[in-house]
Amino acid sequence: MSAFIVRRLLLIIPTFIGVSLLAFTLIHLIPGDPIDLIAGERSVSDERRAALEIQFGLDKSLPEQYLVYMTNVLRGDLGQSIVTRTGVLGEFFARFPATIELSILAMLFAIVVGLPLGILAGVRRGSTVDHVTMGVALTGYSMPIFWWALLLIFLSSVTLGWTPVSGRISLLYFFDQVTGFMLIDALLSGQRGAFASALHHLVLPAIVLGTIPLAVIARMTRSAMIEVLSDDYIRTARAKGVSPFGVVGIHALRNALIPVVTVIGLQVGILLAGAILTETIFAWPGIGKWMVDSITRRDYPVIQGGILLIASTVILVNLTVDVLYGVINPRIRHAD
Amino acid sequence: MTVAEQAPAQAAPMPPERGAEAPPHPLREFWSSFSANRGALGGLIVIIALVFIALLADKIAPHAPTDQFRDALLTPPAWQDGGSTRFLLGTDPVGRDILSRLIHGTRFSLMIGVVVVTLSLSVGVFLGMLAGYFRGIIDNLIMRVVDVMMALPSLLLALAVVAILGPGLVNAMLAIAIVVLPQYVRITRAAVMNEVSREYVTASRVSGAGVARLMFITILPNALAPLIVQATLGFSTAILDAAALGFLGLGAQPPTPEWGTMLADAREFIRRAWWVMTFPGVAILITVLAFNLMGDGLRDALDPRLKT
Repeated sequence: MSAFIVRRLLLIIPTFIGVSLLAFTLIHLIPGDPIDLIAGERSVSDERRAALEIQFGLDKSLPEQYLVYMTNVLRGDLGQSIVTRTGVLGEFFARFPATIELSILAMLFAIVVGLPLGILAGVRRGSTVDHVTMGVALTGYSMPIFWWALLLIFLSSVTLGWTPVSGRISLLYFFDQVTGFMLIDALLSGQRGAFASALHHLVLPAIVLGTIPLAVIARMTRSAMIEVLSDDYIRTARAKGVSPFGVVGIHALRNALIPVVTVIGLQVGILLAGAILTETIFAWPGIGKWMVDSITRRDYPVIQGGILLIASTVILVNLTVDVLYGVINPRIRHAD
Repeated sequence: MTVAEQAPAQAAPMPPERGAEAPPHPLREFWSSFSANRGALGGLIVIIALVFIALLADKIAPHAPTDQFRDALLTPPAWQDGGSTRFLLGTDPVGRDILSRLIHGTRFSLMIGVVVVTLSLSVGVFLGMLAGYFRGIIDNLIMRVVDVMMALPSLLLALAVVAILGPGLVNAMLAIAIVVLPQYVRITRAAVMNEVSREYVTASRVSGAGVARLMFITILPNALAPLIVQATLGFSTAILDAAALGFLGLGAQPPTPEWGTMLADAREFIRRAWWVMTFPGVAILITVLAFNLMGDGLRDALDPRLKT
């Protein structure tokens, strides 16, 4: 088992170096002079330019610059935002909890709704329930989620007045951010109604972000269920007189869940891609909105650092999923 | 036991004994399997309709997509109070006919699909073929780059590419083509590795076929099924991602009647004019759904191993 983990750990090193190269190259691929980009719109005098070049190490060769960049990255220095003049790493961690909170709720929604639907469709294969569920799942999967968000805002917030249009909590509440997770901070603040308000603000964004994972999980669960139900051991269990519920719930589900767990893990990349759109629409102050804002403002150090940090997150989560998968499924662990 | 005695037990795949009837032509077999899937057939019909709409956009659309009717700003759809049959689906904030813009938008969405799929498919197949055929260093190099690309959420990678190239429809298409490239590389590589040790490939090699012939004429046709499925599904990814970029203001720029771009500032009119934000989304959903339905049907018909 430990050999398996070490092998997986070694495999991520080249990926991480590749991602850092990509992030590093980004700033050099952009048309125009890096100094002009760093200095923004203002024109720069020749002496100032020379000073800036030395300050940012741009007078060195590209490999040297990359080494300097990597040394800084490993020290936790990802540079400064051109716009706010604050450190990129600090900005990332200030926004990351908002994205995690939203993603966890979205994933919960997707699993709680998608898993039972998939099981039901798989067990009742070919029935009306199956057709309707899969039709809805395919529609969810085909949904442009930014439009889905607009539609839900229109129905739930504008027409029915059920949910807030944007933000993380009502402006009535004001308290210090302790953990960065609004739900936890609201509870810690002890203010009446704060938690409910934070949860209320989470409903629509979580549904929007969870829709595609929900569809994927439902489809995956269904096909895993169908495959497992046709196995010999299920027939044996049935022949032994195990109740239908026992066959599905105990015998089939455990094996059917193996591919589903992987799929759930692989949704992290999809969640982060979806977060870019969802956060922009709901003015949710997470890393997705941060990236879009930085791109429109041409804040290149932030884009560069953000790409590195987000990719590292995805790599780490995928690694965890891989290892967990090896724990659940010995066949993977021992295969090359 | 003779073959004839065995045949009934094995049923379908065995041709009838004594060669009385030829097996059905592969295309006919494919069609009977594909057309039995009602969803896939529906998807195909919608796609054909969309192609015609795109080709005949100038003839069908009641108005030019950029004509601004200053006397009819934010006119509701025809069936609502204040609507007029002149603008069936209403007008947008600067008085352009939404129906006409949607009809012309079909051209952009289909073109985005064609360009992105052609680009990513051809480059992806080439790289995947190199990796799967030669293995070794080339394979390692290509697959490590693919790993890096897969570590980035698709839309973020597309955003990064657009950040480098600048916003616009052409750059957005290029960005999406780069983002979806890894899928084609991986599929081709897996298929080639599966085929390359087969006897027909060895036979072709000993009879003197060159590397290029082996790769693209001998092996590739046998690796096509999963690629065709992926390419069909690739249309929906391309259309969705291009619309998302347009929505964020980083794809096609106004006044281009691209569906995502049409939604870019629809949020402001959500309270006063629901039709501005509704119809472009419906158009995207129908188109993407049609390609996904057809892709699922193709997968079932072409590649029984992937059947779900």
